[in-house]
Amino acid sequence: MKIKQISVFLENKRGRLYEALKVLADSKINIRALSIADTSEFGILRMIVTDPEKAKEILENNEFTVKLTNVIAMAVKDKPGGLAEALNYLYDANINIEYIYAFVEKSGEKAVVVLRTENLDKTISILQDSNIKLLTWDDVLAL
Amino acid sequence: MFWNKEIECIDEEKLREKQLERLKNTIKRAYEKVPYYRKKLNEAQVSPDDIKKLEDIRNIPFTSKADLREVYPFGMFASPLSEIVEIHMSSGTTGRPIVAGYTLLDIEIWGEVMARCLTMAGATKNDIVQVAYGYGLFTGGFGVHYGARKIGAMIVPASAGNTRRQIEIMRDFGTTILACTPSYALYMAEVAQEMGIEPTTLKLKAGCFGAEMWTEAMRTEIEKRFNLNAYNIYGLTEIIGPGVAHECSEKKGLHVFEDHFFVEVIDPDTGDPVYDGQRGELVLTTLTREGMPMLRFRTRDITSIIRDKCACGRTFARIERIRGRTDDMIKVRGVMIFPYQIEKAILEVQGVEPHYQIIITRPQHLDEIEVMVEMSKETFSDEVKHIENLRRKLEKRIEDITGIRVKVTLVEPKSLPRSEGKAKRIIDKRSLHD
Repeated sequence: MKIKQISVFLENKRGRLYEALKVLADSKINIRALSIADTSEFGILRMIVTDPEKAKEILENNEFTVKLTNVIAMAVKDKPGGLAEALNYLYDANINIEYIYAFVEKSGEKAVVVLRTENLDKTISILQDSNIKLLTWDDVLAL
Repeated sequence: MFWNKEIECIDEEKLREKQLERLKNTIKRAYEKVPYYRKKLNEAQVSPDDIKKLEDIRNIPFTSKADLREVYPFGMFASPLSEIVEIHMSSGTTGRPIVAGYTLLDIEIWGEVMARCLTMAGATKNDIVQVAYGYGLFTGGFGVHYGARKIGAMIVPASAGNTRRQIEIMRDFGTTILACTPSYALYMAEVAQEMGIEPTTLKLKAGCFGAEMWTEAMRTEIEKRFNLNAYNIYGLTEIIGPGVAHECSEKKGLHVFEDHFFVEVIDPDTGDPVYDGQRGELVLTTLTREGMPMLRFRTRDITSIIRDKCACGRTFARIERIRGRTDDMIKVRGVMIFPYQIEKAILEVQGVEPHYQIIITRPQHLDEIEVMVEMSKETFSDEVKHIENLRRKLEKRIEDITGIRVKVTLVEPKSLPRSEGKAKRIIDKRSLHD
């Protein structure tokens, strides 16, 4: 149930985001989801892409610092309170979220939420017990 | 072990008396025999007769490498050329080379101080000393040679290079003392292994390593590889060559042969003396050289003086291992810091060979240092708090080591400029016109 996310260290420098994305585009790697954590000096670009291993290789060949991290992708109802409900289960279980980002799938019925917590295995079992749909890698590719 | 115990353990008061007498003679000789010195002293309005106590040396102007270049080739000689029996030269990587001239007495003194060095490393007449410093214009080879000859040891004048033969000689002759640069020693260990000769099986018991900057980590490595005691030797062509200072068996600093060399450490910016134990630029004055007396020569080497009594019994002051060159030093908010300190801090935190750049600015009235550190693959985390944590750890460690608060910025790998030779580590953007 864990999904591979690729993270790239970016200096706050003109053109760096573009360069990273250009490298992926040139290798025909499609980005399913993306977020950027930014501070005043650097950013971390986090992405779900179609071929993470290959993306890592080509980004590294182009001198980017890259890391593959396991995350969870869950589907929540695209309506008010959909995400809050899911997070409530984690709150009750005392699980801290490291980061989270979301996008809406094409049909528009569900929102897909990517999250990383301090304990992924425990998070997976809690969400599954609460009947929250978790996406497999195949689900992600089909988005 | 002592070569000349009477002198090496001389009563401190007697030593100072001897130094003062010799200092007066040296300054007088320089003034009378070397027009260049006479002019400099006259300009500084100092007469040799003004030297009443050792501290008065501070009124004597410094001599720099540039001075020596200016009088190339023989302008610093205080003896007629007929009395000069040997010449050595320092390689001039920048501009003209520097020429040193020795009278017979100078060569005699050189042998004496080198004999003390080798004896500190444990050499006796029963030893086989392999001299793998270059013989030639460079002082290394001949200096060690003269010392070993004085002791009566068996000298193998191998000179530098031809590494495989060096190792065969060590094995076949049973060399017990090795003298060479520390990096060459490590290289020899590698070559020996390639040749199928385990370096620890050689009969080496000690080594005198110098002529370049090295670290405690290198010492540990050399000692382990060869199973010997590695000693630090210091010297320079302008003063005499190797034999200015050497470590005793305590390995806690190098004893300067104070009966022949007067040692000072100054603040390289102001020229004022620093306190004992504080780092600054090493300044040396010869006390007995005939052919080329050297007054307050600025070595550009960074060290500190240790005057505490040494457990070995020698009264001579020690200098700590050379910590850098003044050319690399940066002074920030009045504190001297060196790139190696920052390198050490980063290495400790990141665990890998760091690429970094130090940028100094003075936005208002206070110097600020920014250290740009390339993020390594090993330490990259995709969580902001981990990266912030890494940044804070680097800042803390650098502050612990240098005493200066810096701002660390993490940058992408390979984003800092690389150069062929020496990396451009420091960018000083301070304007001096404020």
